[in-house]
Amino acid sequence: MAEMSGSETPALALVDLNKAYGALKVTDHVSLDVATGELHAIIGPNGAGKTTLIHQMSGLARSDSGHILLDGQDITGLSMATRVRKGLARSFQITSIIPGFTGLENVALAVQARLGSSFRLFGAVSREERLNAPARDILETVGLLGRADLPAGLLSHGEKRQLELAIAMATEPRVLLLDEPLAGTGPEESAAVIALLRKLKGRYTIVLIEHDMDAVFALADRVSVLVYGRIIASGAPDAVRQDPAVREAYLGEEGP
Amino acid sequence: MTPLPQSPAAVETRLPATRAGFMRREWLPIMLFVLLALLPFAAMLGPEKYTLSLVTRVMIFALAAISLDLILGYGALVSFGHAAFLGIGGYAVGILAAHGVQDAALQVPVALLASGLFALLTGAISLRTKGVYFIMITLAFGQMAFFFAVSLSAYGGDDGLTLASRSKLFGLAWLENDRFFYALVLALLIGCYALTRAIVASRFGRVIRGAKENPVRMEAVGFSPFRYQLAAYVIAGMICGLAGVLLANQAEFVAPAYMAWQRSGELIVMVILGGLGSLHGAIIGAAAFLLLEEILSGYTEHWKLIFGPFLVLVVLFARGGLLGLLARVRGKDRADG
Amino acid sequence: MTLSLFLVQTLNGLQFGILLFFIAAGLTLVFGVMDFINLAHGVQYMIGAYLAAMFTALTGNFFFGLMLALPSALLFGLLLEFLIFRHLYARDHLDQVLATFGIIIFLNQAVKVVWGAAPLSVPVPEVLSGTVVLMDGLLYPVYRLALIGSGLAIALLLYILVSYTRIGMLVRAGASNAPMVSALGVDISRLFMVVFGFGAMLAGFAGAMVAPILSVEPGMGDNLLILTFVVIVIGGIGSIRGAFIAALLVGLVDTLGRIFGPFLLRLIMDPSAASQTGRALAPMLIYILMAAVLFFRPAGLFPVRK
Repeated sequence: MAEMSGSETPALALVDLNKAYGALKVTDHVSLDVATGELHAIIGPNGAGKTTLIHQMSGLARSDSGHILLDGQDITGLSMATRVRKGLARSFQITSIIPGFTGLENVALAVQARLGSSFRLFGAVSREERLNAPARDILETVGLLGRADLPAGLLSHGEKRQLELAIAMATEPRVLLLDEPLAGTGPEESAAVIALLRKLKGRYTIVLIEHDMDAVFALADRVSVLVYGRIIASGAPDAVRQDPAVREAYLGEEGP
Repeated sequence: MTPLPQSPAAVETRLPATRAGFMRREWLPIMLFVLLALLPFAAMLGPEKYTLSLVTRVMIFALAAISLDLILGYGALVSFGHAAFLGIGGYAVGILAAHGVQDAALQVPVALLASGLFALLTGAISLRTKGVYFIMITLAFGQMAFFFAVSLSAYGGDDGLTLASRSKLFGLAWLENDRFFYALVLALLIGCYALTRAIVASRFGRVIRGAKENPVRMEAVGFSPFRYQLAAYVIAGMICGLAGVLLANQAEFVAPAYMAWQRSGELIVMVILGGLGSLHGAIIGAAAFLLLEEILSGYTEHWKLIFGPFLVLVVLFARGGLLGLLARVRGKDRADG
Repeated sequence: MTLSLFLVQTLNGLQFGILLFFIAAGLTLVFGVMDFINLAHGVQYMIGAYLAAMFTALTGNFFFGLMLALPSALLFGLLLEFLIFRHLYARDHLDQVLATFGIIIFLNQAVKVVWGAAPLSVPVPEVLSGTVVLMDGLLYPVYRLALIGSGLAIALLLYILVSYTRIGMLVRAGASNAPMVSALGVDISRLFMVVFGFGAMLAGFAGAMVAPILSVEPGMGDNLLILTFVVIVIGGIGSIRGAFIAALLVGLVDTLGRIFGPFLLRLIMDPSAASQTGRALAPMLIYILMAAVLFFRPAGLFPVRK
């Protein structure tokens, strides 16, 4: 974190974060700064605690101790819903969409969450252009506009991954937490998602967890390596790739 | 709890909003209401009093079933204590009448307020639990209401309370007229149906439906479903309370039995029987339940030997209830034709 | 209010609790292992009582009646499982509620057709009739003591069965993680059948045992069913130990509440009003208990599933 100057507040900061399930420490004194506009990848072998860390950042899991700061503001005790409203959105490793809603409705719902007035009992929500227009724009960005009126449950796996990203974008986050957006996608689908991630890079501050090392090293500004709940290295992709500790941790695993 | 199946009717609401689409979507509820509106004229040819009284009763339970469908079919909130609101509405009429307040203009607001408060209080506690535990805690509150009514010895206790007459309407005894009462109940049924349809299609309704399918996703876009579910629970409770007011007037009697758990179970059965999550399915379910009971019991005192297996067969062979069966038959017709 | 009254009521409460446990044990396993809501579990209890009444009348001996009623109740349960329930395991809870509600309606009427609408009574067997003196001024019917004793024995047997046998281990594993058990290559549908039949027999046993002290009548299982659901929810669904403790708790609270509630109310209202209000309010106690338990422990006292 040498290149971080002390004057600029990081978009997202983790300060000495801990979490244990019984005797098992899944997050072990993790501290991390993510600068505004940066795409920060977190990699690590299976069971390193990457998803738990995202759960803690997003508010789905409570932390035992430590702090999470969003633009310098402490959000450690806030619920997931409140964090989203403050500008911290996430996607899920296992696709989490509303299968009975169309793609458009899925995204419009997120727009609605941002605009408020959800206690409005009258007026057909499906005809509200204030919700649908921004939702269509986002679907166009992710390349799903043509499938907007299909029930989301009927989309292909790759399309669901794109929809998942669209939903997160519709909350207009400043920081986007992406939990393995490439999980389970075939080569063609993953090329589409990678192209999409390239589009998003720079627009949002992004924390990316990913197994696909080619994608990580092509996209990331910085990379942190998580092993058994601890960050063993953090820095520019090339530096991390050369780090002896990282090479050792990945020995026998897929090499970076 | 396993996710509730998507009813065919819920999918049907996605048809394009053209005029033809509107008719295709809405023909069933429109036909239902037209039938109900024409029925009093047909009833004049036969035993009018009996027919009107029976169908009025059907419509009152349909109203209660619609209110349950709002939270059960669209929100997956399986309330096993919904009949408590029938009782609260009924007792609001009975107790006020016992103290000389006979006008519906006062009874109805009191009934709605009492139902709403009870729903707010019990809902706030019940919604902390999920799945089967939600079913059981709503049952618990329903039973508490039941035994509380039994303990009201000043108002008949276990035996209940007979009303001296039906409620007045702004001082007039119009409700004594069976035809007027029928028309009033039908108007309220249509009104509440339209109201719940609007709610389901609104911003609020979308939040409720989303929370039914994927509560974690709802939180991950920034919603806390609890407040919305609680509001829906209160709305449903108040509509059912209104049905209770009508039921007390129809029977000119109110008793703890209105709130028995069997009643709550019957309301659930009506909603599932008709087809979850379409609102008019609840009307069809209530009608099928009560009319079948009435007709079968006219043939044999052992009508339950037929009615019980009928319910089992509906589950085994007619997924999505009667509405699902209807949609499949129509789909087949279209494929054949 | 005396000590002996308190003791008698405590014994009554225990006996009621044990009765609840017999029914709850099967229900909690069927629910926990198969994720199946069986509203028709209460009618198994009623069927057990009717079978005992019939066979007792036929053989002229309660014990012969009991011996015949048990396997018949088991067979009846297996028949229902084969004909209907096994087609419902994969369905959602609401379908199960609707179908089993239909079965209740049918069987409540069917027993009227077969055995008549009037309540049947079964004489208390000669050997177990009469009362014993438990202490000075405290008489208690032998039969009820026998009921409590046999209940405790069966609870112990069940505990050993579930804790130490292979099938018990599978049942416990199934309650906490059913997909894992089937992944181990266990024939899950056979396991379901065994659990189901066993649960039906236990409920039938409860019905047979109370036949001599309660009247055997249509619908006798309905209200008990709801209490049983209260028991398994308080105990934590799928937990035998939870069901046992919750059953005794509910039995005691309900019985003692009905007796001592009016006593307590007399402190704040006049006697006749107190006894009426107390009688009416006492049944509320267990629901308040359940609501309170769920408020603090939303998955019951002994949650099985993580």
